[in-house]
Amino acid sequence: MHQQRPRENVLHGIDSGTETISGKPVPVALKKSKTAGKQRTENVNHVQKTVTKSSWLKSKSLRENLAGYGFISPWLIGFFLLTAGPLLFSLIVSFSDYNITSEMTFTGLDNYKKMFTADDLFWTSLWNTLYFVLFSVPLTTAGAIFIAVLLNSKIKGMKIFRTIYYLPAVLSGVAVYFLWMQLLSPGTGLINLVLSWVGVEGPAWLFDPNWTKPALIFMKLWSVGGGMLLYLASLQGVSNTLYEAADLDGANIFQKFFHITLPMITPIIFFDIITSTIGAFQIFQEAYVMTKDGDGGPAHSLLFYNLHMWNNAFEVFDMGYASAMAWMLFIIIMILTAFNLKFSKRWVHYEGGDNK
Amino acid sequence: MKTAAQQPKFYQTMKFRRNLKHSIILFFLIAGSIALLTPLWWMISMSLKSPEEIAQFPPTFIPEKFHFSNYIEAWSTGPFTRWALNSVFLAVVGTIGSVFVNSLVAYGFAKLKFKGRNFWFVVVLATMLLPGFVTMVPQYMLFSKLGWINTYLPLLVPSFLGSAFFIFLLRQFMMTIPNEFIEAAVMDGAGHLKIWWHIMLPLTKPALITVAIFAFNGSWNDLLGPLLYLNEEHLYTIQLGLQTFKGSVQTQWNYLMAMSVMILLPTVLIFFLFQKFFIEGSNISSGTKG
Repeated sequence: MHQQRPRENVLHGIDSGTETISGKPVPVALKKSKTAGKQRTENVNHVQKTVTKSSWLKSKSLRENLAGYGFISPWLIGFFLLTAGPLLFSLIVSFSDYNITSEMTFTGLDNYKKMFTADDLFWTSLWNTLYFVLFSVPLTTAGAIFIAVLLNSKIKGMKIFRTIYYLPAVLSGVAVYFLWMQLLSPGTGLINLVLSWVGVEGPAWLFDPNWTKPALIFMKLWSVGGGMLLYLASLQGVSNTLYEAADLDGANIFQKFFHITLPMITPIIFFDIITSTIGAFQIFQEAYVMTKDGDGGPAHSLLFYNLHMWNNAFEVFDMGYASAMAWMLFIIIMILTAFNLKFSKRWVHYEGGDNK
Repeated sequence: MKTAAQQPKFYQTMKFRRNLKHSIILFFLIAGSIALLTPLWWMISMSLKSPEEIAQFPPTFIPEKFHFSNYIEAWSTGPFTRWALNSVFLAVVGTIGSVFVNSLVAYGFAKLKFKGRNFWFVVVLATMLLPGFVTMVPQYMLFSKLGWINTYLPLLVPSFLGSAFFIFLLRQFMMTIPNEFIEAAVMDGAGHLKIWWHIMLPLTKPALITVAIFAFNGSWNDLLGPLLYLNEEHLYTIQLGLQTFKGSVQTQWNYLMAMSVMILLPTVLIFFLFQKFFIEGSNISSGTKG
């Protein structure tokens, strides 16, 4: 672009009839070139000079900058008013005692101290959340890859399967939670009915503190198709020549999967793990709807981090403590993401660095 | 297992092996499909049963008698029409905001050169990694100070201020559109707003439809926002209405399931009508583009 700009302006200068995109000096120069026809070439040079020196630098780039910021201004306003501003404000609130209507009184690190020493439920909620993340993220990732590999085979009718597998991922909201409360019902639910066919007596799921979290993880697996699409797209990008070469070497299906397919899609796996870890950390609605008004279920077994934060903020209105929890969540997520990034160098394979 | 039996003779080993492989894959896919679809069938079946049949053990897969009246009765247990209209209003206005504002911002990031562009784009990407719950508490404090509790403003205004994911998605799509289109228009003296409106919007239609679908579904299925900001019953959305409905008629699962079917219906319809765009959306967002 930088090289093109002066040329464009020169063209405009010669083409005296058309409008120019640059600022004032150009029209002045054009008038001159019109009146004094003999000096035209000189004036073109003159135009070029003014365009490159003053008008392009000041007016054109200023205009581009103004246009650029104009276009992104809605997001910028949103960023400052709804993200950065509130975030900084909540940092201040986290060091104080505040319930929206009260005066803000500075209490130092009290909220953080309470979190680590006095609030047992904080640790319960953190543990519940970690449990959920540790099981649901690897299971849904592996499930999504498995389905994507199956769907990537060249058999007629794959589109129908793709639709079927993606459909549950589209469905969300309260209705889905109600459906699963019914499916997981110990007496008349579908899950325990199917288990009874194979002679297994199903647990009480949402009523048994040991089974509540597995129940939610199970529910999450239903919508495994969401991640599947991502993997399917990246599998279709894996070049066929790699497989053909492996065929010549006599590799079997599993060797091909572990030595070609899997390494080739590691960037997507990495992306998926980062985003789904953050997503899983924010589990809230499921626990809120599937336990009685967010009490966290039997023995607080479904009291997730965000549910605990929610209760502190909007049941007790202890905004100071809730803000401290929000910041702690922010820090935990940052640490996890940084860990993911650092660890990724060991297993994420980027095509650029390979012989391909 | 049927499929394995349907396969042709196996005198050609390569063909036989390929067919065997395909049969195994099909077996897994069909088994998985049954597992995924049965819950949906269960929901529909439950919604048509009588309360007595629901309490029966073992449960039945097909209702003895189809009680379609469940749907009408469930709908009339609360002001669901009002709540549904509220939801439609919020979803439509929010979707319009999302489509236009995010494409405007994406155009800025994709096609305009300005100082600090790369910096701000990195900030956009960084906010995608920021958990929404971190800003939820301070945003609530802000909106309550503004007196926006029990109004739709906290649910609508953010849609008009851009969303990182949509900006990213649209920007990726716009990057694939050649700059020549824009340069030519600039030469003709068109301003960037004109270019955005007359050139970029028509050219990015598929991506815009994807954004519209995601925005609509997101708003329609949102429980958190309404739960946080709406306390007055006449303002409730359908999701919030259903959530309170659960408390009032906990045991009437046939009604609950009938309501659930109705509430999922718009999403399902949109999915089948615009399936292509769902798939496109997730492919663009993967950043690899197949």
